[in-house]
Amino acid sequence: MTQQVAPAAEKKKMRTPIESGCPDGVQYMHPLMVKNFGKWKYHDRPRPGVLHHVAYSGDEIWTVRVGTQRQLGPYEINLLCDIFDKYGEGHVRFTIRSNIEVMVSSWEKVGPLIQALNDAGYPVGGTGNSVTMISHTQGWLHCDIPGTDASGVVKSLMDELYEEFIKEEMPNRVHITTSCCQINCGGQGDIAINVQHTKPPKINHDLVANVCERPSVVARCPVAAIRPAIVNGKPSLEVDEKKCICCGACYPPCPPMQINDPEHSKLAIWVGGKNSNARSKPMFQKLVAAGLPNNPPRWPEVAAVVKNILYTYKKDARDWERVGDWVERIGWPRFFELTGLPFTKFHIDNWRGARNSLNASAHIRF
Amino acid sequence: MSEQPKPPKDPTRHSTYIPIEKQSTKPFHPTPMLDQLESGPWPSFVTGLKRLAHSNNMMVDLMGQLEHSYKTRLGYWKGGTVSVFGYGGGIIPRFSEVASLFPESKEFHTLRVQPPAGNHYTTKLLRQLSDSWSKWGSGLIAFHGQTGNIMFIGTTTENTQHFFDEINEYGFDLGGAGPCVRTAMSCVGAARCEQSCTNEHRIHRTLVNNFIDDMHRPALPYKFKFKVSGCPNDCMNSIQRADFAVIGTWRNDMQVDQSEVKSYVQSHGRKYTIDNVIARCPTKALSLNDDDTLEVDNRSCVRCMHCINVMTKALKPGTDRGITLLIGGKRTLKIGDTMGTVIIPFMKMDTDEDYEKLRELAATVVDFWAENGLEHERCGEMIERIGLANFLEGIGVEVDPNMISHPRTSSYVRLDDWDAEAEKWVARQKEKNSGEQVARA
Repeated sequence: MTQQVAPAAEKKKMRTPIESGCPDGVQYMHPLMVKNFGKWKYHDRPRPGVLHHVAYSGDEIWTVRVGTQRQLGPYEINLLCDIFDKYGEGHVRFTIRSNIEVMVSSWEKVGPLIQALNDAGYPVGGTGNSVTMISHTQGWLHCDIPGTDASGVVKSLMDELYEEFIKEEMPNRVHITTSCCQINCGGQGDIAINVQHTKPPKINHDLVANVCERPSVVARCPVAAIRPAIVNGKPSLEVDEKKCICCGACYPPCPPMQINDPEHSKLAIWVGGKNSNARSKPMFQKLVAAGLPNNPPRWPEVAAVVKNILYTYKKDARDWERVGDWVERIGWPRFFELTGLPFTKFHIDNWRGARNSLNASAHIRF
Repeated sequence: MSEQPKPPKDPTRHSTYIPIEKQSTKPFHPTPMLDQLESGPWPSFVTGLKRLAHSNNMMVDLMGQLEHSYKTRLGYWKGGTVSVFGYGGGIIPRFSEVASLFPESKEFHTLRVQPPAGNHYTTKLLRQLSDSWSKWGSGLIAFHGQTGNIMFIGTTTENTQHFFDEINEYGFDLGGAGPCVRTAMSCVGAARCEQSCTNEHRIHRTLVNNFIDDMHRPALPYKFKFKVSGCPNDCMNSIQRADFAVIGTWRNDMQVDQSEVKSYVQSHGRKYTIDNVIARCPTKALSLNDDDTLEVDNRSCVRCMHCINVMTKALKPGTDRGITLLIGGKRTLKIGDTMGTVIIPFMKMDTDEDYEKLRELAATVVDFWAENGLEHERCGEMIERIGLANFLEGIGVEVDPNMISHPRTSSYVRLDDWDAEAEKWVARQKEKNSGEQVARA
C-alpha cells in the first residue's frame, strides 16, 4: 500500500459528492443474464456447487459457486479474477452468504473452472442441501461492541464442515449464522451461534458523564433497569442488577458500561430459524444450548455442540425438512433426547408473548 | 478438524501463499493464536491478513491488535465521528483503544459502499475497486456486510475522503450508517432465476435511490432497511431483516407442466412424490391423480414455493405476477425480534405508474415513522407500540384480512364505530366487485 497524502492545496477545495446511490447492476451482468432477464424456464443442479439454468430462448447458463473467506485482499481478488477471466467469462456475483458465483455459457467450461479454483485452494459447493458458508459479522476485527470474533469462529467451523460444503448430503439446506453480541446482526439461522452475556455491565463511573448521553442510555434498556445516579459525587448511571437481563443494549451508547467479559460473556446455540416461506411460515430460532466458553482461536466447545446438532439432524430428518421443520415434526422433548443437550428452566420463555410458546394442549409425544 | 489439504500445485497461486519479501518496515507482532487459524481446508482470513501485513505497517499493527483481542477476549475499537465532505454517514469510524501498543492502526475506519443491485460484478470492476482501496486503505475488503454493503475495512480519517472521491467518480456511492435509510439488497432474481416474479433490480433501485438524502444525512429515528426478494423463498431474508420487505408473488393459478409432473413421478417414485411434494403442502392444496398428474387447489395455495422448489421443471409461479409488501421486520434490539407484517397483500409491478405508486408508499411509510417513531425505535417497534390499525390509518392503507393470522381473541376492546367500519368494508367490496366486472367487460 502507498498511503498517499494529498497536497495541502487540494484540501481547501472539497469535492462535492455525486449522490448516485445504488449502481445499476445490469452493466456488470453476464450477457446471457441480460438477454434472458425475466425469461428463465427451469433450473437443475448437475453436481454440488453448480447450478444450471435454462431460458425459454434455449440459452443455458452454468453457475459455479465458490466459498471464500469473505475478507479479501488484492492478492485473493486478483488470483480469483485471473481464474474467472481465464476459465470463466469475467462476470461474477456474490450471494448473501459471501459465496462468489461464476457464470459460464457452456458445460465444458465448468470442469476446468472448478479444477482451477480447487488448485488455488478455493472450495466449490454451498448449493442445494449442503451446509453453505456461515454468515458472519465483524467481531474483534472491526466491531466496537463485540463479545467474540466472527471470522475466527467461521474459519474454524468451516474447516470442520468443509465436506458438508462441497457435498449435498443434508436433508435440506443448512444456514449457520454467528453474532458477536445479542443484537444478532447474523440474523436467523438453522443453527445460530451467538454471544450471550451472563453478568451485568461493569460501570466506569468516572467516564459516564463525559461520554454518555444519559437519558438515551436509560431509554435503551429493554427492562428499565438503568437509572441516573450520582456516584462518587459525579453524575453517572446505575443498574438494578436484579432486573438486568445482561443483554448489553446499554453498551453501544455508553462504552463505560462494559458488558463484555472474557469469562462471563458466553456463547449460546439457537436452532430452527428460517427465512423462507417454503412449507411453514418464516420461523425464529430457539435457544437450545448456552454457557459455552468463548474460547479462541478455534472454539472447540462450540464446534462440538454445532456438530452434534447438525449430525443428529442429518441422521434423523427427512428429505426437505429444514432444522426447524424437523424439530416441529419430532417435538422438542425428542430434540433434547436425541442431542443429549440439557433442558433447563432457561429454555422456557418469559419475554413478551411468551404464553404463545407454552404447550396449551394434550399434544404429547411418547 | 478434517484432514489437511493437499500441498498446492503452484504455491505462489494459492490461498495459502505468503510472500517471501517483506515490504512493510515494522516487524511482525507474534501471533501464536491467529497462526492456528491458518491450517485447515477453508481459505484462511489470517493468511490473507498476513499477506497484507507483508506490504503495509497498518496491517502489521492490526494483526497485533487482533491477536491481543484473541488473548484477552475483549474488543478494542471505539466509534467516533468521521465523514466525507457533504455527507453525515456511510463511514464506520474506528479508533483503537490500544493505540499505544499498535500505533499504525490507531485509525482503522470502514467505508460502507453500495454494491451494484443484485451484487453483479465484472472482474474488471473487482480489480478496479481493489486497486483503489490498496491505494487509499488497507487493501482489505469484505464482500459483503450483513446489510449488504461492500465494506472497505481500514483506513485513516484523511484517506476516507480520497478513496471516496476516487470511487465516486466511477459510479460508487456510500451506503448508510446510523439512524438513516440503509443500503438495500435484492436477490439475483429475474437475471437468472425462473422463480422470480418481478423485477427485483428495478424495485431495489427505485426504492433506495429515492431516499439518497435520508441515507447520506442520518436524521431518522433509527435505521430503515429495504430488501427485495423475487419470490416467497425470500433469499434476501427480507421479512425478518427489513423494515420494508418486498416479495415477488403471483395471484392466478401456478403453471403446471403435466408431462413433466409425470416424468418426475416416474423418476422419483409415487411414494417419494407424495411424501415430499403432496404431503408437504402447508394448506393441503395438492393432490396426485391416479394418472400421475397433479391437481392444484389454487385458491388454497399460499404461494409457499415448496412444490415449485422440488419440481423445478414441472411447476412454476403463475403469470399474473406482482409483489407482497411486509413492514416491520428487525433483529433483537429493543423489544425482541419481529417479523414483518403484510401491509399490501398484492400489487402489480408492470408499469411506470406501478413503480411510482410503490415509491410513494415507501415515502409515506418513512415519513409517518419519522414523525411518530421514538428515538432509536424501529418501524416495527412503533407499529407494536401504536397498533397495526393506527399505523394503517396513518399511511392511508385499508385493513385487509391478509394482514392477520387470525382475528382478535380478546374481548377487551371498544367497538364504538363498528357499524361505520363495517359499512366501509361493504362499500369497498362493492367497489372491488364492480371494478372486476368492468375489467371482465
